Amino acid sequence: MTNPDPMAEIRASFFIECEELLEAMQDGLQTMDDGQQDSETINVVFRAVHSIKGGAGAFGLEPLVRFAHRYETVMDQVRSETLAITSDLLKLFFRAADHLSDLVRLCRDDMDIPQAEGDAILAELDLHAGATPAEEEDEDIDFQPLGLSLDLDFGDDDDTTGTSSYRITFAPATEMFETGNDAVPILRALADLGDCTTTCDAERVPALASLAPETPYLSWTVMLSTTAAIDEITSVFEFVDGLCTFAIEPVDNEVGFSDEAFPDLPPLDLLPESEEVELPPLDMLPEPAEQISAPVEDTPVVAPKNEKPARTAPASPNAVVRVDLDRIERLVNLVGELVINQAMLAQSLESTTLSPHSDAMRGLGEFQRLTRDIQDSVMMIRAQPVKSMFQRMSRIVREASAAVGKDVRLVTDGENTEVDKTVIERLADPLTHMIRNAVDHGLEDTDARIAAGKPSQGQVRLSAAHRSGRVVIEIKDDGGGINRPRVKQIAIDKGLIPADSTLSDSEIDNLLFLPGFSTAATVSDLSGRGVGMDVVRTAIQALSGRISISSTKGEGTTFSISLPLTLAVLDGMVIKVADETLVIPLNVVTETLTLRADNLDEIQPGLAVVRVRGSMVPLFDLGRHLGYRKQKETYVDDIVLLISKEDGNQAALIVDEIQDQRQVVIKGLDDNFYRAPGIAAATILGDGQIALILDPSDIVTQAAQDAGHANVPQKLEA
Amino acid sequence: MSGSDTATSVELLTFKLGGQEYSLDIMCVIEIRGWTRATPLPHAPSFMKGVINLRGTVLPVMDLAERLGLPVTKHTNRNVIIVVKHENSMTGLLVDAVSDIITIAQDDLQPSPDVTSGSGQGFIKSLTLRDDQMIRILDLAHVVKILESDAA
Repeated sequence: MTNPDPMAEIRASFFIECEELLEAMQDGLQTMDDGQQDSETINVVFRAVHSIKGGAGAFGLEPLVRFAHRYETVMDQVRSETLAITSDLLKLFFRAADHLSDLVRLCRDDMDIPQAEGDAILAELDLHAGATPAEEEDEDIDFQPLGLSLDLDFGDDDDTTGTSSYRITFAPATEMFETGNDAVPILRALADLGDCTTTCDAERVPALASLAPETPYLSWTVMLSTTAAIDEITSVFEFVDGLCTFAIEPVDNEVGFSDEAFPDLPPLDLLPESEEVELPPLDMLPEPAEQISAPVEDTPVVAPKNEKPARTAPASPNAVVRVDLDRIERLVNLVGELVINQAMLAQSLESTTLSPHSDAMRGLGEFQRLTRDIQDSVMMIRAQPVKSMFQRMSRIVREASAAVGKDVRLVTDGENTEVDKTVIERLADPLTHMIRNAVDHGLEDTDARIAAGKPSQGQVRLSAAHRSGRVVIEIKDDGGGINRPRVKQIAIDKGLIPADSTLSDSEIDNLLFLPGFSTAATVSDLSGRGVGMDVVRTAIQALSGRISISSTKGEGTTFSISLPLTLAVLDGMVIKVADETLVIPLNVVTETLTLRADNLDEIQPGLAVVRVRGSMVPLFDLGRHLGYRKQKETYVDDIVLLISKEDGNQAALIVDEIQDQRQVVIKGLDDNFYRAPGIAAATILGDGQIALILDPSDIVTQAAQDAGHANVPQKLEA
Repeated sequence: MSGSDTATSVELLTFKLGGQEYSLDIMCVIEIRGWTRATPLPHAPSFMKGVINLRGTVLPVMDLAERLGLPVTKHTNRNVIIVVKHENSMTGLLVDAVSDIITIAQDDLQPSPDVTSGSGQGFIKSLTLRDDQMIRILDLAHVVKILESDAA
């Protein structure tokens, strides 16, 4: 796996950076679209394009450079306010951004680059750029990458118009060193604010013999000429406030700098001193008031222009470490084993006669908590904000709305919500489908919207939030809502339901999830290819998620997807059936109850129902359906779990015993070897035994097929 | 995997199964461990004993005697599970007892006679004689591959 070509590695990291830059660019454009068009935001976008261009130039990615360059040219005009931002221009920017990310991807995968689309966008860009057309285009196209990232912001640092001068005196107290602060960073921060001359007062430094190393003896006077306000200077001392003496006085004359640089220092309450790094040779120390501006000043002042801290850099990202997914996987696995091991240890200790108050048991409790914390933290590593996916969706909306000629705006909410990486990856396809659906079917035509008294621009809202240990993602449109009579008619026409069936509103809504259902009157390019919401639902279910739908006529439709935070652990109910321990996902269990003679009815041999608040729920004997035992004589006094299936139907599973509710670590079963029906995965219990995790819907479907009764809707293969 | 074909000799792990001597290429053996109770898989073919916990991995275990169509013997604590790896998936093979590790020259291996019927068909790759005892060398790929007809 070693890469022989170091260049390839650098190139790979360039493309990773590109992804980040593209994300920042999308963000910036979105902010502009939301009406916040300040120079800061425009700069963010400009810089992203510029950085991509720079990197692409270094790697000789001609098409990317060419496109980025002209895009940047137009951006630059916006930045310098020679070009006004219009909604048309923004749309074009979005399109150009999309194209740019296409180009990045094509370049990364070494694919051929189609010219046509890029040229079309470039032509439009040039149109907007107007007066500054192609003539300058070639001149700096062989762009050399520069250390560009921050200089744009600080162009006006040298602007001396608002400069004023201050005399700052600063004397650390003993506490300052005790609390781990240092004088050098403060002096550096002051130097960063503008031109300064620093003098050190070493007057109080005692003879070497009596020098106490922890005591500060030095004090400084800084003549600072800066554009910064006095507040900003004060804020330099924020962290050492109370730990030193400092004073800031405005000085009238510019940089006038002479002997008055050592003025009346504020009286120091302790013996001032220094054990500064830049201490002059020791033999000089006892001499009074030496001007040592050189050592203290030089080092700090060299770099200020380039390394101005992140304060002014917009929304600077947190420090990030890139880690191979494999390594994280390994860590996740190891932690999973740690959890199992800890449970085994707990179980074996409990079987001893140790007192619960013994050290060992207390230590075990602590260990348990730590294990849980480690597990949570490790799971968090895999978690990612849904933002990147939401950005992809905003592109889907743009393209979909353009294809059907509707004016649609995507509003996103909660894009920093974090979800397991795998969940995000596997959610992209179903979400794309649903977003297209919302644009194509959900929203009315512009004319219809205006007729209904709505704003002509349709809205699709995509939101994510954490709700009781799960992630809920909602796709909401403000369209006309589900046309229920039509949906029902279509279902009848397609033979999906009997013509005379009476259905509640939510039952009709759920018809959309039936395989092969498509409502668009004309099958459009965009959606309605016959693969419909059933595929979406299957995909969501595969992620142990649920999807539900709600709709109000005239106001819109909301799809809501509820997902587990991670695919690695599961909240499960531990049950026993015929002496086998099994785990059933807690999220499907709605209720538990005991069968009695008066709520149990046998319809025919092998088919029984339990009456729950007036509805008949079919009973399934888990032991029998899993092949663990023969059918029982009677079910009276048995415990049943009511489970809700995704189609809204219920089923009742007969179990022998409910043991526990706990989080279990999911272990995949080797599918290519033998795929057991009704079994989703496995887990390892505290005693080291493997317990199978059930897939209740699958069991019920299988059982229904075995029994051959038709009242359970058939689940098609995904 | 196929490296042993070019070598002049091959190392085999031999084990007892229903009173007969069988063997496997040692290169596909990961480890040997004692018998623990397996969690049965519903509706699995009868030779699938279920799954066990192999240090945090879920390992499917099959009763090799039953898989080969040999008479089923009662399991005791002396039975062992040979953990083998084939094409990245691991399987446990339940056998009566492990006997030895032997080195056999390639030339001493004889192809299995073409048996056209019987449940053991294709499981034996080759045969060899050692101290007048016949040792059967299993074709692991065939053993761990479950055909549709087997699973039904």
